[in-house]
Amino acid sequence: MKKNSKAPGASRDNYFQLRLYVAGQTPRSLAALSNLKRICAAHLDGRYRIEVIDLIKNPQLAQGDQILAIPTLVRNLPKPIRKIIGDLSDTERVLVGLDLRDLQVRKAGA
Amino acid sequence: MAHRNSAAHHDIPALEKAPTGIPGLDEISGGGLPKGRITIVCGGPGCGKTMLGLEFLVRGATEFNQPGVLIAFEETPEEMARNVASLGFDLKDLAERKKLYLDYVYVEPSEIQETGEYDLEGLFIRLQHAVDKVGAKRVMLDTLEALFSGFSNPGILRAEIRRLFRWLKEKGLTTIVTAEKGEGTLTRHGLEEYVSDCVILLDHRITEQISTRRMRIVKYRGTKHGADEYPFLIDEHGMSVLPVTSMDLQHKVSNQRVPTGIPDLDDMLEGKGYFRGSSILISGAAGSGKTILAATFAEAACKRGERCLYIGFEESMNQIARNMKSVGINFKPWVKKGLLVHRAWRPTQYGIEMHLLRIHKLIEKFEPDNIVIDPITNLITASTEKDVHSMLMRLMDFLKENGVTSLFTSLSNVAEIAESEVGISSLIDSWISLRYTEIFGKRHRGLFVLKSRGMAHSTQLREMIITSKGIKLGPANALLAYRDRERDPQADIDSAPVTQKVRIKGVRGGSPSKVRSARGAR
Repeated sequence: MKKNSKAPGASRDNYFQLRLYVAGQTPRSLAALSNLKRICAAHLDGRYRIEVIDLIKNPQLAQGDQILAIPTLVRNLPKPIRKIIGDLSDTERVLVGLDLRDLQVRKAGA
Repeated sequence: MAHRNSAAHHDIPALEKAPTGIPGLDEISGGGLPKGRITIVCGGPGCGKTMLGLEFLVRGATEFNQPGVLIAFEETPEEMARNVASLGFDLKDLAERKKLYLDYVYVEPSEIQETGEYDLEGLFIRLQHAVDKVGAKRVMLDTLEALFSGFSNPGILRAEIRRLFRWLKEKGLTTIVTAEKGEGTLTRHGLEEYVSDCVILLDHRITEQISTRRMRIVKYRGTKHGADEYPFLIDEHGMSVLPVTSMDLQHKVSNQRVPTGIPDLDDMLEGKGYFRGSSILISGAAGSGKTILAATFAEAACKRGERCLYIGFEESMNQIARNMKSVGINFKPWVKKGLLVHRAWRPTQYGIEMHLLRIHKLIEKFEPDNIVIDPITNLITASTEKDVHSMLMRLMDFLKENGVTSLFTSLSNVAEIAESEVGISSLIDSWISLRYTEIFGKRHRGLFVLKSRGMAHSTQLREMIITSKGIKLGPANALLAYRDRERDPQADIDSAPVTQKVRIKGVRGGSPSKVRSARGAR
């Protein structure tokens, strides 16, 4: 799977391309997805795309993004690549992981 | 833990083994690693853990039709392929032929944020995927402990490693897990607690600037194994482990005889010479003619159409060849014919184990009927006497097992039968001692058979005369007669036997005596 270097219709800085790796429909995976959707809706205001990859169906995709832990959320854009593992229940840490904390601060300062 | 020497022959259902194909390792482990189970290979940095694992995979794929999976946590497959290319392992080719699957698992803690519950299912999926791709029977995880730097939750990690090991066993995958040695523990993160099937500890020591690698099977559940530390080597053909001593003394013995190359000396050995496959020691002071005797033996072997390996630790090949020409021995035609392989190297060039291995490999490659090592005493400069002794013991075992007649020369500084024969007398079947006798201001070379197992050998001290056409032995008793004449110029040489008994203890004219029981017959 090639990572898109440019996201359509958005500048690199504020468009989030997210990929959530799961392994089957486990409660933890479902929790991670719903947590992610909630956080994105609250903080990214439509500037995001979530792709869910089920490694049970596509095991060959685990190598490319160096996935070990499940669930893993990969932020492909904006660069640099960030990885957040776990069920994303700790919203604060997810925001830090996605660099959204900084963004918020910058916005507030502007 | 069954010791290798314990004669345990009870009928316990044997554990199935997966041979490593590494020379020596299968021998000390009783056939290989536990099949379908997990073996931990641990040791300090640079001790050869990865090498052992890789060779296990490569040989599994190439020699035992067992494809393998390598999960590398520390090196990329490219780096690894480059590292082992020098050993003749072509990982890329094996991967292309679907004999090996390489997956590089990259763990970078700074890129990972942990939020909430997770597991390592991703690793399992990758492993399963890899196993499926090549139909793997063998797995190597190198080094699993890298996970500990990548994930901060040790609780999850330990549970997952436990689950991983269980999973590997359920799948029946013979697995090597490498681990760094910890302070006072076998592995830094205590991996050995999870695996109890087999633990191999590797060690790399430097003693007097010479490095020796050693291996010990710390634990091998359900199998008897060698419990000693075994030296091993990594060279251009991979790894080889040297069992310190062969398991039992069960060499085939031959009644065939091998001429010494000197008819007069054959006469002293029942007229037939040495036993085939026996070990022969020629000891004597500097310049007493050891090398000539050895070269004569080598040439005689070639003349019979046998193959001979000549290893020199003192003189270069050219030098020996030149010097031997002066006594009518020409190596050149035999080298050309491929019957003589002549190698010379400095004893200090390698550690003692390397010598042994080099000799082993030459023997395996050339398959000689005879071998000459000239002189073995020089090896002491490369190591301690104890190590040399142990090495020679192993070498002689190996030679006997292969039915190779071996001749060693040994430099002893004193005319007295030296204690400096590295204590190998018990390993020696036939011992020829060379000595000087000064008579009329002239030195005469003397030769006698100190011992020769299994034959009624002569016990005479004969004069060894080196001519341009080789070695001749003077008439029996001549030396003593000379000596008698020195004291009493009127003495008749031919009547010497009467006086000689008194003169030199243990040398009695003609009759086979018991000199050998006096020394080293055991």
